[in-house]
Amino acid sequence: MASFPYFPHTEGDISAMLERTGVKALDDLYSDVPSKFLHKEPLNLPEAMSEQQVRDFFEKLLAKDAPLAVFAGQGAYDHYTPAVVPYICSRSEFLTAYTPYQCEISQGTLRYIFEFQSMICALTGLDVSNASVYDGPTAAAEAVRMAIASTKGRQLVLLSDALLPHVKRVVATYAKFAHLGIDFLPCEGGQTSLEALKAKLESGLYACAIVPSVNRFGIVEDHSGFAEALHGAGALLVEYCDPSTLAVVKSPAEWGADIAVGDGQSLGIPLNFGGPYVGFMACTKPLMRKLPGRIVGQTTDDSGRRVFVLTLQAREQHIRREKATSNICSNESLMALWVSVYLSLMGPEGLKEVNEKSHAAALYLRSRLLSTGLFEPAFDAPFIKEFVLRTGLDTKALRACLQDAGFFGAIDEGEGLVSFCATEKRTHAEIDALVAAIEKTFKV
Amino acid sequence: MKFYDSLSIELSRPGRKGYSLSGEWSSHMADIPASLCRESAPALPELSEVDVVRHYTNLSQMNFGVDTGFYPLGSCTMKYNPKINEEIASSSAIARLHPLQGPDTAPAAYEILDLTDKALQEITGMAGFTFKPCAGAHGELTGLMIMRTYHLSRGEEARTKVIVPDSAHGTNPASAAVCGLEVVVVKSGEDGLVDVESLRPLLGPDVAGMMMTNPNTLGLFEKNIEQIAALVHECGGLMYYDGANMNPLLGAVRPGDMGFDIMHLNLHKTFSTPHGGGGPGSGPVGVAAPLLPCLGVDSSGFHGNFTVIVKALSYIMMLGKENLALAGRLSTLNANYIKEELRDCYRLPIDSVCKHEFVFDGLINDGGSEGVHGATTLDVAKRLLDYGYHAPTIYFPLLFHQSLMIEPTETESKDTLDAFIAVMKKIAAEAAEDPAMLQGAPHNTPVSRPDETAAARNPILKWQDAVQ
Repeated sequence: MASFPYFPHTEGDISAMLERTGVKALDDLYSDVPSKFLHKEPLNLPEAMSEQQVRDFFEKLLAKDAPLAVFAGQGAYDHYTPAVVPYICSRSEFLTAYTPYQCEISQGTLRYIFEFQSMICALTGLDVSNASVYDGPTAAAEAVRMAIASTKGRQLVLLSDALLPHVKRVVATYAKFAHLGIDFLPCEGGQTSLEALKAKLESGLYACAIVPSVNRFGIVEDHSGFAEALHGAGALLVEYCDPSTLAVVKSPAEWGADIAVGDGQSLGIPLNFGGPYVGFMACTKPLMRKLPGRIVGQTTDDSGRRVFVLTLQAREQHIRREKATSNICSNESLMALWVSVYLSLMGPEGLKEVNEKSHAAALYLRSRLLSTGLFEPAFDAPFIKEFVLRTGLDTKALRACLQDAGFFGAIDEGEGLVSFCATEKRTHAEIDALVAAIEKTFKV
Repeated sequence: MKFYDSLSIELSRPGRKGYSLSGEWSSHMADIPASLCRESAPALPELSEVDVVRHYTNLSQMNFGVDTGFYPLGSCTMKYNPKINEEIASSSAIARLHPLQGPDTAPAAYEILDLTDKALQEITGMAGFTFKPCAGAHGELTGLMIMRTYHLSRGEEARTKVIVPDSAHGTNPASAAVCGLEVVVVKSGEDGLVDVESLRPLLGPDVAGMMMTNPNTLGLFEKNIEQIAALVHECGGLMYYDGANMNPLLGAVRPGDMGFDIMHLNLHKTFSTPHGGGGPGSGPVGVAAPLLPCLGVDSSGFHGNFTVIVKALSYIMMLGKENLALAGRLSTLNANYIKEELRDCYRLPIDSVCKHEFVFDGLINDGGSEGVHGATTLDVAKRLLDYGYHAPTIYFPLLFHQSLMIEPTETESKDTLDAFIAVMKKIAAEAAEDPAMLQGAPHNTPVSRPDETAAARNPILKWQDAVQ
């Protein structure tokens, strides 16, 4: 037998083990499989490659993706990741563990999840957080399930049109199969309209409204009166948040939210072509037992020492099966560690600075773009790092121009609007070069 | 392992900082009105960089991973996670890719998805995959959405029932429920396999499909699969393959050939990507050709857990066709070897060749006698921790009262298995002599058994609760 680095079996081991199991050959262990289903030919795949070949293959392949400085947001933000974060998260005691079922040898995982829950509660101001779900959009979809379960009999939910497009798509997908109806709240001046919300709520049919704290246009929304209107109609307020911005903008609890959800990606997780990210969910205490997924709690052991365990498991699929609050099992635990390490490094002051610096970069980018005369302001509303402008330029041509100059940005928002984003990682020089490229291409 | 008791917030001192941000931009928030700003800063820890590194390094030392030791957790396929995969997936060339980049600016990323798609098609006999699902259960849900979409596209709205064996993973019925479908449970027979006669009466024009894992959660190959698939297809239903147990079938049996129409794979099980303490996983869903038009279900934000997919492709390329097939066979050999060695001490409820895993129903001699409680599966699991092993999966499947589900995977040597077997025999002897000692286990871990009742009755779910 050709030896392979991940299989420690020697020829002698295999014969001894076969003998112990009472068969002559490895294939005899498949005697219970009807022979018509046994795949007799070798798979039509390449032969094994050496580690060097695999490394070279990916190096060459990945070189095809020219490095572009990112001026796009839309739910994925290019914030700086401190070196400590990937260093800690690549420790194999964390990386190669499973879900912490055996708490006595999983205190590392359980403690960082407890810290993650605590920090999500600190950011959102809410009472309870779970151990994470897949991403922001699926967190929003799970929030809908929670709202439906806690407003018995209601089958309709409201989504702000100002939510990010991928959030709306995923929530609509989950809702469709669960036989739930969705109505959209229109925007006014680039923000979710309170008047429209009040009008919709008169029917008394809605379980909740999901509204963005910072919306798809980058605008920091004013949710004064939202919680009162919703609660008055027996419905829940769900805030969709960019958690990085929660260092500065009003927290979901301050707006009176019952549930807060969003994507932890902006807390130091690289863009990674869309994943892995980490969805977070927090809620008020009365909703605790409706929360999906893993939850870690503190207790004591036989000797009175503080220990952490998976708790409130009666909500979960492995106990309740079809009656569980959700089907989620594996979540994004390691990315919750990623966020915990990031927040532990940044602290309240660092996270605030990330927002301030991103804001300064975005202001500079916006004013430089406006100075070209090719863009006009779209909305007169406060933003942090992301904003939209109105333009007559063809957005495809605009994106191509940016690409040629080494940038990715200018996401088409429809109706002549184009979205830009700048984080603390961008530089004056990059922004000047981006603007120069646009002027060179489009200014005649 | 030593006991380390701090939480990061307890190490916090006002004025410490652990970051250094670029000086490119000034720090001020110009034009956000105060009415939109939070009143007080979030109570996050303030730590220096060395505080953070020591804290999390100490936490890591109270954790057990595959790199620490043998992890025979049934149904979880805790195989070795090759390091080249990590190196490639953490490339800055991937880290900087924005998810909205198209094939024009990120051709390599799309090529990686395409190459992985084609390799998984060949391995499974499916016609195409979606990579959106971020975990196994998410794959099940996405797959059921595809199933429902297919029926709806044919005007068959009434197909709302999903048949699930009583031995199924808990996620199967839960996923069906989240998809708005009704769960119908089919019993297993004495042999641990789906009872075909119990299945027949459940079939009809209201059936959307049937979910199966094969080999099933007892590690047994469902040898009546051809007949089962034919019956389900005859009534107009579709067959769903839960790929959690795909490992022993690598290069040996393809779900597509067995009659499955939709399936998911757990890249974090079969394709060696690390579990990360409970994710990120990846649960790509494959479908047979007639269902390809229904594949585009938006069940997550972007392209799924992309770096996990990169790791799986790297694994497939390292192994190549010959070693993929060998992986499946060696995982089966390892499981059967342990089963044969331990069946004299632990109750084997179904005597049959197994695939990658098998289930014992507790100890044969648990040390119990009149007035003395015997040692349970929980006690055996806890005692294993003392000897430096992770425990098997316990109390699942639900078919037996004392289930102890062992899955060794192919990356464990005969020496590792022999040492584990010796310890399992020793524990059986300890149980017979002194069950109370097992009931107090573990004795050598950083903490001992937790008070789970107190945790649930008086939930302390964040450090802010603990302070109060």
